Amino acid sequence: MFNAIGIWVAIGLTICVYSFLYKDNPLFKFAEHLFVGISAGYLLAIAYHTNFLPYIYYPLKSALTEGKYREFSVLIPSLMGLMLFSRFVPRYNWMVRWPFAFLMGYSAGVKIPVIMQADIYRQIQGTIQPFGDKSSLWAITNAVMIMLGVICTLIYFFFSRERKGLSGGLSEAGIIFLMIGFGASFGYTVMARISLLIGRVDFLLQNIPFINSIVSNGR
Amino acid sequence: MKRQIPLIISFVCGIFMLIQFFIPHPGFISVYRGILNWARIIGVFALIIGIGTLVRLHFRRITRRSPGWFYSVVVFAGLIVTASAGIIGGTRGKLFVWIFQNINIPLDATMFSLLAFFMASAAYRAFRARTLDATLLLIAAVIVMFGRVPIGDFLWQAVAPQSWVDKVPFLPEQVAEWVMSGPNMAARRGIMIGAALGAISTSLKIILGIERSHFASSSQ
Repeated sequence: MFNAIGIWVAIGLTICVYSFLYKDNPLFKFAEHLFVGISAGYLLAIAYHTNFLPYIYYPLKSALTEGKYREFSVLIPSLMGLMLFSRFVPRYNWMVRWPFAFLMGYSAGVKIPVIMQADIYRQIQGTIQPFGDKSSLWAITNAVMIMLGVICTLIYFFFSRERKGLSGGLSEAGIIFLMIGFGASFGYTVMARISLLIGRVDFLLQNIPFINSIVSNGR
Repeated sequence: MKRQIPLIISFVCGIFMLIQFFIPHPGFISVYRGILNWARIIGVFALIIGIGTLVRLHFRRITRRSPGWFYSVVVFAGLIVTASAGIIGGTRGKLFVWIFQNINIPLDATMFSLLAFFMASAAYRAFRARTLDATLLLIAAVIVMFGRVPIGDFLWQAVAPQSWVDKVPFLPEQVAEWVMSGPNMAARRGIMIGAALGAISTSLKIILGIERSHFASSSQ
């Protein structure tokens, strides 16, 4: 029963959202606002169980009941978290800078080596490594093309010099690679959305009884 | 104090996180984990502020009886029921899982699938082959789209001479794969490396206190 109601709710909401294809209407607005509310509630519940309880509540509880005074250290970030609320009080809104400074400094420091390793070294490695594969002319041609593409794209993004002569030609070639890349990414994204659409339509066909019976008879 | 202390905090945190990566000493790892937990704790409060702002906005709409205030009631209902179900019953509770499976997932998938229609109309405007760039964009997108659906191979097998089909039965799929792993990969790598260099320079600016725009919201 519980599951059957769930399927009907899902069917109803799917139709509410698709009604937007006709025009903006109350059914779509209802589904849209419900989605916002439920997503916020979901985030709140997940944050409560994965962050609040293990990192704030349980340490403080063990500090108070078991005498683990070291756990009181969670009060420092909690205080910094509370400082975020000072943005609502104009007189004290300078206090919001402290937690921001912590978060920005922390994430900036963490990012530098990680980005260096994953987005620079690994990508350069991936560009050079195929040159080791000399099994066919096709593999070598591909490796050369990818390397040229990477260099031309990088030159296109190099704004510190005027684009003329060789750098102008290479940056033009960079645009060609970029356009193919954007087109391919666009096509890929369209297909991902289409597969979601097929999934939803299939869900409706499978679960609305009279449509399901028509489809089954057709087979 | 109002200006200097935040800069010192940024500098100390940034430099520590930077050097701990290169020093796998248990002491450094322990401090790193501590700082990670601190960031999580601050994140909880940031989430509360975000949801608080949402609640404030919709509460105002309800109290002022603004046009469409009823929809704000729907937001509240969704928020309160889901959060209560998750907090009281746990994230594996029956009601929380039911809401996630029968409301959240269908709405999420349907909203994103709706984009297929809007992307089709956007594609019509973007892909009119007026220039070389737009033509390349069009050709790459069509190749990838045809290579990802069975109809691409079906058309190839129906239209192309049999001797070609025998040699390469799935040409659209193979060409799409080559576009994705060849020119597309080259462009993506170029963008990735460029963006990474930009992110590193911005991170260094934040650590050294040259970049301060994130403090701009507190103008006092």
